[in-house]
Amino acid sequence: MVSSTERITETSKSAVIKAQYKKYIDRKIIFILFSIALIVIITGISATLGPYSITVPEVYSIIWQGLFQHPATTEEFVVWNLRLPRILMAVLAGMGLAIAGTMMQGIVRNPLASPYTLGISSGAGFGAVIAIIYGTGLIPWAGSGYLTIVNAFAFSLIPVFVIMALARFRRATPEMMILAGIAMMFVFYGYTHLIYYFADPDAMKEAYFWTIGGLGRASWETLTPMAVMLAFCIPLLMWRSWDLNVMGAGDETAKSLGVNVERVRLLIMILASLLTASIISFTGCIGFVGLVAPHICRICIGGDNRFLIPASGLFGATFLLCMSTLGRTILAPVIIPEGVMMACIGGPFFFILLIGKKKEYW
Amino acid sequence: MVNLKVKDVEFSYESVRVLKAVSLELAASEVLGVVGPNGAGKSTLIRCIDRILKPQHGTILLDGQDINALHLTELAKRMGYIPQTTSQVFPATVFDTVLMGRRPHIGWRSNEVDTEKVLETLKLLNIEDLAMRDINELSGGQQQKVFIARAVTQEPEILLLDEPTSNLDIRHQLEVLDTLRNIVTERGISAIMAIHDLNLAARYTDSILMMNGGSVFAVGDPSSVLTTENITHAYGVEVEVNIHRGKPYILPIRPVGRR
Repeated sequence: MVSSTERITETSKSAVIKAQYKKYIDRKIIFILFSIALIVIITGISATLGPYSITVPEVYSIIWQGLFQHPATTEEFVVWNLRLPRILMAVLAGMGLAIAGTMMQGIVRNPLASPYTLGISSGAGFGAVIAIIYGTGLIPWAGSGYLTIVNAFAFSLIPVFVIMALARFRRATPEMMILAGIAMMFVFYGYTHLIYYFADPDAMKEAYFWTIGGLGRASWETLTPMAVMLAFCIPLLMWRSWDLNVMGAGDETAKSLGVNVERVRLLIMILASLLTASIISFTGCIGFVGLVAPHICRICIGGDNRFLIPASGLFGATFLLCMSTLGRTILAPVIIPEGVMMACIGGPFFFILLIGKKKEYW
Repeated sequence: MVNLKVKDVEFSYESVRVLKAVSLELAASEVLGVVGPNGAGKSTLIRCIDRILKPQHGTILLDGQDINALHLTELAKRMGYIPQTTSQVFPATVFDTVLMGRRPHIGWRSNEVDTEKVLETLKLLNIEDLAMRDINELSGGQQQKVFIARAVTQEPEILLLDEPTSNLDIRHQLEVLDTLRNIVTERGISAIMAIHDLNLAARYTDSILMMNGGSVFAVGDPSSVLTTENITHAYGVEVEVNIHRGKPYILPIRPVGRR
C-alpha cells in the first residue's frame, strides 16, 4: 500500500516539473512572438512619420501592394524608397548586432563582450576615417563610392584576426581574448584621434559623423549585402546554440561533453565578426545594441541559447527600430543619428533594468 | 563491462613534468580513489583520461581501443567528467544544466526521451525540488549533485570525479558519495575519483591509487595502501591508522621532516 502511494506522488512530482518546464519554454516562445508583433506594429507607425503624412492602414496596404508592383504614386514612393529602407536597416542591423553580441558573450563567457569591446567597431571606425580623410584604403581598387565601406569592413576584421591568432598560438583564455580586444580598441581610437588632430576640419567632420553611427545611408542597394550576410551567418550560429550552452558551463565540462571547444569558438568568432563587420561598415559604430540586447533578454527569458539567440535578435531589431523612430521624430526635421539615440536613451534604460533586476546573475 | 587501461602516461605543463610514467587499470564496477598531496598530479591524471589534456607520452585504452582514435562525442558517450569547480557565468536552470548531459546523444533539438532521462536522474539524486532553480543560487553541495546528475544523464560507462567533496559539509560529503556508490552499483559502471579526505577514500572506494610527485606511489585495496608508512612517506605527516569496521581510519598527528 505504502509503495503504491509513493509511486503516485513521485510520478506526479515528475509531471509537475514537466509542466513547469513547459511553462518556462512557453514563456520564451511568447517573448519571441511578442517581439515579432512589436516589430510589425512599430514598422507601421514608423513609416507614417515624416513630413509627408500617411496613415497606418495606408502604410500596410502600400507595403503589401509594393511586393507585387513598382511604386507609382508619391505615397508609394515615400514609403518604399525613403522610409522602408531605413526601417528595414534598423531591423537588420539591430538583429545582426544583437545576435553577434550574444554569440561573443557566449564564447568568451563574459558579459562585457560586444562588437565594441572586442575592438571590431573601433577597427571599422579607423578604416572609415582613413578612407574619408585620405581617400585611400587597404583595397584601393574598390570603387570610390564603396571605398569607405570596404575599408571599414577590412579594418574591422583586424582585431578578430589578432584575437584568433592569440587563441591559436598562445592558447589564449577567454579573459585574455577580451583584454586583447579592449587593448586594440584603445589602439584604434588613439590612431583615429591622431588622424583627426592633423586633419582638415571639413574632412574631419565627415569622418566624425561616420563614426557616430546612423542609418542615414540606408537604401535598397546597401540593404542587399547586409541581408545576404545575415541569411548566411544566423542559421549557422543558431545551429551551434547547443554547443554554446554547453560551453557556458566551462571549457572542461564542454570538452567532456564532446564539444570541440577551440574549433567551435573559432567558428563562432569568425561568423559573429563577419556579421558585425558587414553591418557596421554600412551604419558606422552602433555597438551598444550588441552589448545590451543579450543582457536584457537574459533577464527576461534566461540563458538557454536555443531561445536566447532568436529572442535577442528580435529584441535588438525592436530596440534599434524604436531608437531610429524616436531619433527621426523628437527634433524633426533634424534627424538624430541612431548611434547617439542608442547611447543616450538606451544607456539609461539598460541601467534601470540592471538596478531593478531581481536575480543575481553576473 | 568496461575496462580502462592507462599505460606509462606522461604529461608536462610548459617545462614542469606533472605526470611521470603513470599506469593504472580500472575494472568493471570498481570505484578507484586517487589520493596524494597537493600537486601530486591527481587532477591532471583525471583530465588526461578524459582527453581534456593530451599526454605527451603513453596510451590510454578503453576496452583495448586508444581514446585518441575515438571521436569526441563517442568518448563523451562513454566517460563523464565532474570538474572540481565550475564557472557558470550566465543564468541556467538546474533542468537545463542536467539536460546538457544529453549533448553527446542528440543533434540540436532535445526530445521527450531526453526530458524523461533528466527527470529520472533528478529523482535518482533527490534534487527534483531544485529543477527550476538557477544553478548559481544553489549551495555548493546542491551544485555538486547537479553536476553529478549532468554526468549521469550522459549515461557513461566511467565517471571521473575531481574532488567531489571539497567545499562540502560532512552531511553533503556523505550524501554525494553514497549517491555515487549507488549509481555505480545500480548501473554497473565504474568511477575514478580524486579525493583528499583519506577516511572518505577508505570508506567509499574499492581500491586506491596513491600518487606522489607525479608518479604512482602505491596501489591496491584501501587497507594495503593507507598504511602509516605510506602516508608518512607521501604526505610527510605522522599518522595513526586504526582499523574501524574493517576499514582503515586515519588520525593525523603532526607534520614530520622537511618537504
